[in-house]
Amino acid sequence: MLDLNAKIPAGPLEAKWDQHRFSMKLVNPANKRRHHVIVVGGGLAGASAAASMAELGYRVSCFVYHDSPRRAHSIAAQGGINAAKNYQNDGDSIKRLFYDTIKGGDFRAREANVYRLAQVSVNIIDQCVAQGVPFAREYGGLLANRSFGGAQVSRTFYARGQTGQQLLIGAYHSLERQVALGNVQQHTYEEMLDVVLVDGRARGIVTRNLQTGAITSHAADAVVLATGGYGNVFYLSTNALLCNATAIWRAHKKGAAFANPCYTQIHPTCIPVSGEHQSKLTLMSESLRNDGRVWVPLARGDNRAPGAIPEAERDYFLERKYPSFGNLAPRDIASRAAKEACDDGRGVGPGGLGVYLDFADAIKRLGQQVVAERYGNLFDMYQRITDENPYKQPMRIYPAVHYTMGGLWVDYNLMSTIPGLHVAGEANFSDHGANRLGASALMQGLADGYFVLPNTIGDYIASNKMAPVDVSQPAFKEAEADVRAGQQKLLDIRGKRTVDSIHKELGQIMWNKCGMARTREGLQEALQLIPALREEFWSNVNVPGSGDTLNQSLEKAGRVADFLELGELMCRDALHREESCGGHFRVEYQEEGEAKRNDDEFAYVAAWEYAGAGATPILNKEPLVYETVHLSTRSYK
Amino acid sequence: MKLTLKVWRQAGPNVAGALESHVLDGVEADMSFLEMFDMLNEELTMAGKEPVAFSHDCREGICGSCAMMINGQAHGPWKGAAACQLHMRAFKDGDEIVVEPWRATAFPIVKDLVVNRGSFDRIIQAGGYISVNTGGARDANEILIGKDTVEHAMDAAACIACGACVAACPNASASLFTGAKITHLGDLPQGQPERDKRALAMVEQMDIEGFGHCTLVGECQEACPKEISIDVIRRMNRDYIVASAKREEPRAVAGSS
Repeated sequence: MLDLNAKIPAGPLEAKWDQHRFSMKLVNPANKRRHHVIVVGGGLAGASAAASMAELGYRVSCFVYHDSPRRAHSIAAQGGINAAKNYQNDGDSIKRLFYDTIKGGDFRAREANVYRLAQVSVNIIDQCVAQGVPFAREYGGLLANRSFGGAQVSRTFYARGQTGQQLLIGAYHSLERQVALGNVQQHTYEEMLDVVLVDGRARGIVTRNLQTGAITSHAADAVVLATGGYGNVFYLSTNALLCNATAIWRAHKKGAAFANPCYTQIHPTCIPVSGEHQSKLTLMSESLRNDGRVWVPLARGDNRAPGAIPEAERDYFLERKYPSFGNLAPRDIASRAAKEACDDGRGVGPGGLGVYLDFADAIKRLGQQVVAERYGNLFDMYQRITDENPYKQPMRIYPAVHYTMGGLWVDYNLMSTIPGLHVAGEANFSDHGANRLGASALMQGLADGYFVLPNTIGDYIASNKMAPVDVSQPAFKEAEADVRAGQQKLLDIRGKRTVDSIHKELGQIMWNKCGMARTREGLQEALQLIPALREEFWSNVNVPGSGDTLNQSLEKAGRVADFLELGELMCRDALHREESCGGHFRVEYQEEGEAKRNDDEFAYVAAWEYAGAGATPILNKEPLVYETVHLSTRSYK
Repeated sequence: MKLTLKVWRQAGPNVAGALESHVLDGVEADMSFLEMFDMLNEELTMAGKEPVAFSHDCREGICGSCAMMINGQAHGPWKGAAACQLHMRAFKDGDEIVVEPWRATAFPIVKDLVVNRGSFDRIIQAGGYISVNTGGARDANEILIGKDTVEHAMDAAACIACGACVAACPNASASLFTGAKITHLGDLPQGQPERDKRALAMVEQMDIEGFGHCTLVGECQEACPKEISIDVIRRMNRDYIVASAKREEPRAVAGSS
């Protein structure tokens, strides 16, 4: 069993982070230069962490598999970033953002982490504005806000529908400035394939250069993984196509516990699948639900055009079921309600897998120009994909996999169960519990990178005496040899199936058995199907080409091999959690169609420990202790 | 529909490449252009051949990875869209489509349709930022910025650094990219202290990287998937000239007055 000490500081919730910052050890400025930190990933969490640590004086190396860190998937976040600024005078506060996040996560997140997140949220906005992020403004020159799901205050800052892009560019600018100053070594086209442990601590990584195929090692005093989420295990998701779990999965196999793998966010508003060829799903930002109304026909099989269905024959099901939050119900709830309507035979569009998101009222109220100002780029994106004009007819939307709340287990310092291995952003499990609220992913990524890790990594380095390491040591050579052997194994199979065809099959298993509604039976079935598919992969996949050049099939094959293992762990976790909470909906556990939690037995973080190839992973539990919040049934009615 | 694809194949950076023809049947109008490439690559793999390497990632027009010259047009025929947003309904049965990589000295070819755009990172490193460390920022609302100003900055900040402007330019100039960054930061009050230095350094880096000069042909703004206006180049030139003039003025020595 693992020692799952979350290291939550003592004292009142409001004072924990302050107290902790005071009690952490510091590295003196002259000594920081002697310490080297590796950051894997250049998205919001990675770029902000790398830049901030370099500013402090550490030597930092940042590894990305793109041609530039600015291409990380954070760039695609549309709607906004939350912060408890209370600029709107609508009753917001750090405590309210904290409470909304805990409640939105269905009481499955750690109080202390979430409170800290709400505290630093205000600093994030200040930091980003100072960097030149062009957040939307009012005519008087002050910052504008919009509303997001799961909140009754307006606390979301945004830059049109491209908030993630602008925040990432801000972090990227800071990172490139540190590169120019010589404080950060930027390694592009390098994919991390293993983490290296020396004396039980993370002391480096092994990477493959995607252009040349060269496999090399890199040593450091601490390693940060900021490598994003694993939604692509479902094949179809809103994630970018290269997003993968390889870095965190290989770290898991080296000893890092994987927490709550079954907590997956299915986003309610995505463009429905159009055919077999579909390679990804496109999100329509949650911000659209500020002005769009979600509905389906009242009658089953009503095939009339949406405009021909009179008001009285429509079911605005979110407004009907959740009158106080209406169309701004949280994502898990809105997704399930859409699925319910479609399962009831009232879905619209091809295959009945869609619901309407209608802007007719908003256009009547505000005029087309105002609607275009707010959402124009999203409307254009929709029209390009579907060939339908959302100003004239309602959008058709359907839920899709969007985000993974689970990830590597970390303590309050964002350190995994491998000493020295820190995990930030979507790659860790820390702040969102069983469901993430909209506009909170950007907040968490930047909180981790700008404000948490630069402090806690210093404490780790100052508190631990470490012998110098270099890449000629056996631990590095062994890890390199393992990576080479794994790659050769893939290239030698020369079977009859493409990597994509197996990935698609895995995705279907995951979506059907471990998607929006999960059953004991279905999950047990998936636990048979996935190992069989894994066998098929390792005996019959075809990876053309060689390892010593750019080889996108080989890259994909390595990632899918890891998904084939992670998918099984997700199903195992979903099967063991005999309750419904947030994005994890077990059909057996519901009350009037709503998720039914079981706090007596499941108010814990499930941290899975790797037990070796083919062995059943070991379940470790970190109890969730609520000192401030009273556990209640989540209600948005 | 049935299409003939002529795709640039090049095994590595320092070997000769050539166009390779493939006939692709069963292409659907709802497919994106890259999904059509997925289909081609599945067929090539099944036939025991190497698939075509191409850059892609988000497939929703924001990461800037995709980089294809489609029938001589950067990102293809749809205005204001990246190649990943182009859908096959733009083509008809029997069409021949020629697909080539971006061609520019500063974007060396890695393989097939993949080019290395690291030169863009180095232009940003030269000065495309506001020098502010984490932690010292004042309250965000203390900096007042008019709505029109921030919207203008955002128009330029929308650049996705795909490189279509360079590929479309007969001189392979990176002026639209560089001008967009100079405009984004130069529009904002936060960007003023370093405005001169930024313009000088970024323009000089553009030359060092081997990009050509701007002769105001205007192809860049036509190709830009984010429809960034060529006005940003005027802004870049203005800032560069002003900064150059200031640089030549002798500086007062402290206490000399």
